[in-house]
Amino acid sequence: MDKKVMLITGTRKGIGRYLSEYYIKQGYFVIGCSRSESDFVNNNYKHYCLDVADEAQVKRLFKDLLKDYGRLDVLLNNAGVASMNHLLLTPLKTVENIFNTNFVGTFLFCREGAKLMMKNKCGRIVNFSTVAVPLKLEGEAIYASSKAAIVKLTEIMSKEFANLGITVNAIGPTPIETDLIKSVPKEKMDNLMNVQSIKRYGELSDISNVINFFIKKESDFITGQTVYLGGIS
Amino acid sequence: MDNKSEIIEIIYQSIDEINREEKLDIHKDILTKLFGRGSSLDSLGLVNLIVSVEEKINIKFGVAISLVDEKAMSQKSSPFLNIESLTNYILLLLIEVI
Repeated sequence: MDKKVMLITGTRKGIGRYLSEYYIKQGYFVIGCSRSESDFVNNNYKHYCLDVADEAQVKRLFKDLLKDYGRLDVLLNNAGVASMNHLLLTPLKTVENIFNTNFVGTFLFCREGAKLMMKNKCGRIVNFSTVAVPLKLEGEAIYASSKAAIVKLTEIMSKEFANLGITVNAIGPTPIETDLIKSVPKEKMDNLMNVQSIKRYGELSDISNVINFFIKKESDFITGQTVYLGGIS
Repeated sequence: MDNKSEIIEIIYQSIDEINREEKLDIHKDILTKLFGRGSSLDSLGLVNLIVSVEEKINIKFGVAISLVDEKAMSQKSSPFLNIESLTNYILLLLIEVI
């Protein structure tokens, strides 16, 4: 494969769908995945239906990747779920589901992705955190905890993968108007916006802006970092 | 060539790669230690070997095995002790999936 290959998780809708279309326009061949089929059709896109926390399914995807393309240049671990709830009303099943999709999924894709990237001694991994982590958002204990775990994973992986030529960074978006936040009350959204330095919803282009910085060739000295949008730190 | 010989050959090919890239001189013998005291491989070298062997097994046998699963980590005697133990472990994994 002559084109650079990018793998993005959670591409059926929202941020993942936007990133797929954006990076195809930038010249990448994009492989995407989600739990169900995608209606996105493009010669430079291939879709997989899988559960990102299912090790056997993930290994099958990477087996195909190796056979069909022989390379992986960029991995974006975008797939994520959330469930706003007071901790005392949170079922264990919800905890397992959120941690499986968000943390285990990220772990599996990073592990298998790095094995491919290390062949070329070069790779870029970008994981997804959330401003709910530094803001310690009430109602998001489990979601924020799963993303805090991803931040720590990112930091330690960046050290373990440094000798392999792979950088690992994370982006922490503010709320962006996608399905992930559609059930959050407007009042809570407005309160959140008020603690941002820059008081607006994030745009999809704000995400690709940060990813572009992380994945560019000149950013080979940038690793282990998490950039939060909106001035949150 | 039977499966066991093919697996040993794959491990030897991976060792050739590591010797070339890391300028080492790991001896290709079934009793060569891979892990622990007396091994010429450091932890990164072992990672490189495992990744290389997994990929070659994938290409040769068409199966995606994971050498570092809970079974491997919980065994009293590490499958990564030497080339013979690694070979026997890979054979076991292949029997389960093929």
